[in-house]
Formats: sequence, C-alpha cells, structure tokens
Amino acid sequence: MPTIEIDGKALDVEKGKMIIEAADAAGIYIPRFCYHEKLSIAANCRMCLVEVEKAPKPLPACATPVVDGMKVFTSSPLAVEAQKGTMEFLLINHPLDCPVCDQGGECPLQDQALGYGKDISRFAEKKRAVDDKDIGPLIETEMTRCIHCTRCVRFGQEVAGIMELGMTGRGEHSEIGTFLGHSVDSELSGNMVDLCPVGALTNKPYRFSARVWELADHAGISPHDCVGANTNIQSVRGRVKRILPRDNESVNQCWLSDRDRYSFEALNSPERLSRPMVRRDGQWREADWETALHQAVSGITGVIENHGADRIGALAAPTSTLEEFYLLQKLMRAMGCHNVDHRLRQQDFRDDDESIMRPWLGCRIEDLGRARAILLVGSNIRKDQPLLGLRVRDAARGGAKIMAINAMDYDFHFDVAHRIIAAASDLPGRLAAVVHAAHEGSEVPSDVAAWAEEAEFEDAAAIASALKDAGEDAVVVLGNAAASHADASVLKSMAQALAQQTGASWGCPSEGNGAAAWVAGCVPHRAVHARPATGAEKPVSNAMEMIDRPLKSYILLNVEPTLDCADGQAAKQAMEGADCVVALTVFDIRDNVDADVMLPVAPYSETSGSYVNCEGRLQSVTGAVAPLGEARPAWKVLRVLGNLLDAEGFDYVTSEDVKNEVAWSQMPILDESPRCGVPAPNARRRPAGALVRIADVPLYRVDALVRRAVSLQLTADNQPAMAQLCAEEAQRVGVEEGDRVSVAGAAAEVSLPVRINDSVPTGSVYIPSAWQATVPLGNSTFVKVSKA
Amino acid sequence: MLSQQSENEIDLEIAKYPAEQKQAAVMAALAIAQREKGWLDEETLDYVARRLEIPAIRVAEVATFYSMYDLEPVGRHKISLCTNISCMLRGSEDIKKYLEDKLSIKPGQTTSDGKFTLKEVECLAACCGAPMMQVDDDYHENLTPQRVDEILDAME
Ligand code: SF4
Ligand code: FES
Ligand code: FES
Repeated sequence: MPTIEIDGKALDVEKGKMIIEAADAAGIYIPRFCYHEKLSIAANCRMCLVEVEKAPKPLPACATPVVDGMKVFTSSPLAVEAQKGTMEFLLINHPLDCPVCDQGGECPLQDQALGYGKDISRFAEKKRAVDDKDIGPLIETEMTRCIHCTRCVRFGQEVAGIMELGMTGRGEHSEIGTFLGHSVDSELSGNMVDLCPVGALTNKPYRFSARVWELADHAGISPHDCVGANTNIQSVRGRVKRILPRDNESVNQCWLSDRDRYSFEALNSPERLSRPMVRRDGQWREADWETALHQAVSGITGVIENHGADRIGALAAPTSTLEEFYLLQKLMRAMGCHNVDHRLRQQDFRDDDESIMRPWLGCRIEDLGRARAILLVGSNIRKDQPLLGLRVRDAARGGAKIMAINAMDYDFHFDVAHRIIAAASDLPGRLAAVVHAAHEGSEVPSDVAAWAEEAEFEDAAAIASALKDAGEDAVVVLGNAAASHADASVLKSMAQALAQQTGASWGCPSEGNGAAAWVAGCVPHRAVHARPATGAEKPVSNAMEMIDRPLKSYILLNVEPTLDCADGQAAKQAMEGADCVVALTVFDIRDNVDADVMLPVAPYSETSGSYVNCEGRLQSVTGAVAPLGEARPAWKVLRVLGNLLDAEGFDYVTSEDVKNEVAWSQMPILDESPRCGVPAPNARRRPAGALVRIADVPLYRVDALVRRAVSLQLTADNQPAMAQLCAEEAQRVGVEEGDRVSVAGAAAEVSLPVRINDSVPTGSVYIPSAWQATVPLGNSTFVKVSKA
Repeated sequence: MLSQQSENEIDLEIAKYPAEQKQAAVMAALAIAQREKGWLDEETLDYVARRLEIPAIRVAEVATFYSMYDLEPVGRHKISLCTNISCMLRGSEDIKKYLEDKLSIKPGQTTSDGKFTLKEVECLAACCGAPMMQVDDDYHENLTPQRVDEILDAME
C-alpha cells in the first residue's frame, strides 16, 4: 500500500487511488468541479491542480494516481497560483448573474470563486453567450453558465445509461445540448441538476420559488416505490419547495428517481383537500371535523347494524405508512371485520393461505448491484423502480448476466443476455419452462411439468444454466406486472421452485410501502408480522373480492379505486353502490370517487411515520411541515375513529407509540415455507381474434400523488393512454400510427389512439392502466381491437 | 441512405476495430458520408449513429468538434481560416476582416455565387507559418491581404 504525504500528513492509500480520493478520505480539501466520485474521471476543469514534489508542473489531483513516497501540497504557493489561474479562466465566460441564478448560495463555482477568484476580471474581450435549450419539463437550462465539466454528460452515459446530453462544438464554441433539441427523458434526469456545479441545469418546477438559505431541511422517505429512497424535503414557511436526495449508500446512494424528486409538486396542488367535506342529499359541503367524523362513524355503524360487520371493508394505498396500515387494520378488526387490504392491483390471491409473506426483493439492494445473474420476470425494473434499475445496470456493467421473461421487450438501459418475450398470459408457462430446464434430468414436479407443457423451451435452458452458474449470486425478481398478473401465484411458486433448484434467491417486491403493510397486518388473512389473524378463519375479503362482491361501506385510505384497483370499472361501481364511503384523502377526489365523507389527511411530507423497503429496512421520519389547513395525519384520524367507535387501545399519543406496538425492527426472516403447488393451468384460451392486453401502470400514474405532480405528467414517459401495437399487428388491424381503434373488453368498449411500438409482441396490445380513458376495460385479459 | 460504395467503405472501417468498438469508426464514417453528400445533414448524422449503434448525440459531438465536417452546405471552395492563439497573435483577426470584406460574407457563410465558404477554425497545426488558412486541401501560410488576393483570385 503506497504511503504518501498530503500537506505534511502521512497517509496509507490503496494503490490505484487518485490524489483527490486520498485527500477526501483524510478530510483535506481540494477544490474541484468535474470530479465526482460516482462518475468517471474527465479531468477537464483543472480546478484541482496541486503541487507534487518533483513534478515540473501542477498536476490535477483527480487524475493523478498515488505513488509511494509522493509528496502533495494542496495549498502551496504554486498550487494556489494554479488554482487561481484556473478560476480566472473559468470566470472569463461565466456570467455574473448570481443574483438571479437559482444555484446562488449552493453553487460550487460561486463558493470557490470566493476562495480563488479575483475581485476584478482582466478579461476585456467579448464574453460568449449560449442559447438556452428546452430539454423538457423537469430541467431548466441557462447554458451561458455552463463550465463544460461534462458531469451531466457522463451521468447520462455512465449512470442513467442513456446518453441524451452531449458536448457539441469545440473550444469556445462548445455547448452542452441534446441531438436536434430533443428532450432529456431519462427517469433519473433530476440528478443532473444536483451534479451540475453551476446554475446551467436547474430544477424547473422549483425555479425562482425560494433561495437556498431560506430552505429548512427535513429528512424524508419517498413512498412511491419499494426502494424507500432517502430524501431531504426542503421547505420555506411550511411549504415544500423541493426534494433532494439524502445520501444512503445502501439504499439510493446519492441519487433519486425523478418520481421521488418531482412528486413534491402534488403536495402544493390546488386539488389538496384542506377541510373535511360531507355529502348530504347529493350536495358536498364543508364541515368541521366533529361533524364529518360523526357522519363517517354513524354511516359505518349504520351499515354494521343493518348488514353486519363483514359488509364493510377498508382499502389502503400502498404508499401509506406502517402506522397508518397498522391502525387501519386494527380499527377494522376492532369492529369485527377482517376486510382490509393494500394489494389493490393484485388479482390472484390463491396462495394467501399457504405461502409466507414475501413482499421483498429477495436480497439487499446493494447485493442486487453485485449479483452475477439476475432474472427479471414481469418486470420493467428500469421504470417501475428506477433506483433498483440502476443496481441491475451496475450488476450488468460488472459482468452479470441479466435475463428477462416479459410480456413486452422493455427498453432497458442494460444489456439483456437472454430474453423471452411472450404474451402476458403465457408468462407462467415460460417461467415454468425455465424451472423445467433447471431440473436437468431430476424429477420435475408435476405442476411445473403441467405448466411448462406447451411452452417453448428456447432460451429456457440458457437462463436456467446462467442462474445455476451464479449460484448464490443469482436473483430472480418478480416485477409489478408479475405481482398484478392473473396467475401471480403461479409465477411466485415457479420463481420459488427455480430458486430452490438453482440456488438463487428470489423476491417479489410490493408496490410502494407494501412491505410495511404486511408487517402491520394490513391484509385480511394475516395479523401483525404476518401471523395468522385470529377470527379471520371465517370468509374474509381481499382487495379484489371487496370489489367483486361489493360491500355496503368502504373506508379508503388515499385510494382512488377507479385508478388504483386492478379492476377500476368494478371498483367504481362498488363505490357507487355502497351506502357509505369514507375517504381519508390528501386530495379532493369527489370527481373520481363516489364518496360520502372526505377527511383531509396529510401526505408523506406532513406526517410522521415509518416505511419498510424491499430489503426489509425500517426507516422512520417525522413530518417535514405542518399539515395543510385542517388536514391531519391519517394515523391521528384513525386513532380518533377508533375512539369514536369505542375500540379498545386507541389512545396513542405519538406515532412512535403505534410503531412500538407493532414492535418490529429486524430484517425480514426469509425462511422459506414449502413451495405451494399450483393448480394445473385452466384452459383459458385466447378467444379467436382477440389480443392479449398488457396493462402495465406507467411510472407517473402509480399513485394519487404522482398523478397530480404536474411536471411529471408532462414528461415523455407519461404518454397519454394509447393502444400500442407492433407494426405487424397494426397492419393486421388495418391501422397506422395516430389512427383510432376501438378496444372491446369483457364489459365495455373504448376508443383509443394507436401508437406503433415494436417492443410489443404480435398478438398483444399495450393499453396502460390508471388512466380514466382505459378504466372501462376493467381487468380484461383479452381484448378485441378494431379500426374505429 | 448512402451509395453501396460508401456503405462498403464504412464496413471496411468498422472491420478495423473489435466488434464491440464499432464507434471507433465514427470519424471515418462521417468523412465517407460527407464525401458522398457534400455536407452532413441531421438525417445523415442520425444514420451514422444507427449504423454504428451509438447515441446520435455522440455522433453530433464528433461532427461538430472537427471543422473538417460541414454541417451546412458549402460552396465550391472552402476557406478555413485559423484564428487560434498563434495565428491571432500574428494577425489573423486582420485577415479575417479582410476576407469578410473581400467576399462580403461572415464566417460560416457562403458567397452568393456559391464559390466560397468561409470558416473560422481552430489550430490547424501550422503555427510556424501563422497566420494561415486552408483552402480545400491546401495550406497557405504567412498570409497577408495581398497573398489572400493572389490565392483566391487564382481559383476557379
Ligand atoms: S451543464 Fe452543468 S454539469 Fe453539464 S457540463 Fe455544463 S456545468 Fe457541467
Ligand atoms: S476536478 Fe480535477 S480536473 Fe476537474
Ligand atoms: S494557431 Fe493557427 S495554425 Fe496553430
């Protein structure tokens, strides 16, 4: 291990490290712009010049590897002169517009100019000006400020995996921009704002809305996916202004997905509900809490008296906190009812009784990035869990074999070694074929054989052997499309069989904070910690059954059933047919939900609460700002409902008390229960002339919050509802891009514009869920598409 | 998009590098495309990108970096005047002014008769003879207004 000396301090440094890394580790400051520990070394800004003994010229600390015996001086006269010289050059073309620049106050260039800049410029020639670029709704540009450090370019190439920004031109004419002025569409684009060391790339929705020194920091957790990304929620006078990543190497590193970062706009949405509302005689009116709670309670108790406690049910959004999940199920069970669930998009519950809870990834997030083989099943991991997608990309870059069995050839940002693209309804068979292949001569369980029967074995053997080769370093991940699949239990059982056979680990992470819902017992058949729920032996209803066999009363926790449930159409009708629907909601949802009482509750930024991510990590935060208007944290509302309904044990003082009652802090116990055998495939044949619907939920439609984040709604990823077909299928239907088709599901027909998308296989059509326009199709697996 | 001959030449260039390093052929591919088309329009850049399986912006970076690539139609003769530091110190700004007046165009423009295009370029590695310009394939050094007249007036 080389020993070097920096500013007289002797350091042992790993071979191959750069001077700047050694200095950072030792807490010695070296100025810099282009260097970033997560990016490759470009050494183009020259701000990090230091003096190295025996070197004739100052050397860039970011690009000079340590050598045994090296003596480095970071602030000798020579080093400082070099740094000051660099600064003078950087400022030649940089505008002096700090007073109107959003980066002001958090600008490395501004800070370092203070340390190394002169108070006057000797440059009398013309400064250059660069046209600003419109690169989309999330990033604002002010390109004259750019210092060409290429951090944003390298981020795209190396981390986000799609090179959208580049540096065109040369010398003084260099400019950062996109090809032909396209927008930057990466689902991780906001990180470029953080990386840009000047105000060239800034946060568009946040623009000019605060000064950084006014912002109060508050630790938060992003609720939109199972990663539990650590955030810094920044606010001014009780209003959230923006969200930044909080470093956590094990979870989100220093990144955030755009969904985590920009969903904050919904927190300040005009659609926020700030006062309780009650509906009487068809008219909505504002009410005080007492009146509203009273109406809610009398509505629910009325239903219980007239129809029995099993005629009520509760649905919770997967984005809810552990405490909310816990109190909701406790409240329901106190009323003698087990109908409580958070698995709104799940359609197949056949394994509920036998299988253990498994809402996990199957390995730690960090391990995913180090895996040697990953099989994605029914997963668009890049868009569904962008930060997990990054880890898969890391794994791929480290040489791992990534494989996929999907209903659509998703545009991944990593190389896929083997892919099986088949109609959604054929995925279980295709996965079974891999399990079959993994048995190699040993006896194949009969259910596996039955499912594998008709599947093609092409690529199955290659996938099985790649998993075996990687052994313990292999992971099988079931994605959102698998979890909401009509045969999800089969996919899970097959994944488990495959894991057992190959030595891989496997998981099926839930949406949002769903893992916490399992811990909190927010499922009908299990209590806290997934223990069997006493009393739940009698027939209880899961999320799907609550909709299919409509109840008389519903309690909704941030759910818009039409958009959040697997069968939006049936959910809509169920709400319409109920006697009493009590909605605990962040937004005024009267146009979407046929509710009777709306109780305003606090979104993630305004309530304390806990999250359990896909690796079982429990993370608790407090509210960043006070609830808007009369809104209250949902756990408090549920507590009061408990009191009003005379339920036992609802006298918590803080959400901590609730968490302590759940008493769970360990990593999940991943003991396997025996694999449950699955029933033989029922001959659910595709009706003649029908296409198999791919019903994925687009990433900016997943929950009530992101659906109201206006800038995210404007992104290229958020294409409005369309029927996407491959060119071949479109030709068969006789339509072209932009035409309209009528799509007939089991119950209704809708008209949608056509988009040609060759990643959809023939025989399938991609019609996204969670759009009003596609709700009437319900959860039909097969649809008929014809020219409108 | 390109003639068979150009395509073959591009294939030949690609074959010079390892299979996963196709992008290394980008400069040659652009030169071949430019020779055939006269200049490189956006469609051509995009085509080269797809041909080499690299992002289009990557091709645009290369094409805009080197002044030898023309991203706009050019006249019959291309004058590339160096205004980099050595040439600047030796009076390239005056030569630029002289050329602009003589041809009534600014750098980046083409004379109305389509004869000359004037480009301002970075160091062409002929500093010893600064100020200098390149006209088509020839270097001309130690320029004075008089030399410029002689060179340009002799052109067809
Ligand atoms: S835009 Fe910002 S990050 Fe990108 S090169 Fe310019 S200064 Fe660097
Ligand atoms: S930080 Fe070393 S050259 Fe930019
Ligand atoms: S500076 Fe003009 S040729 Fe080098």
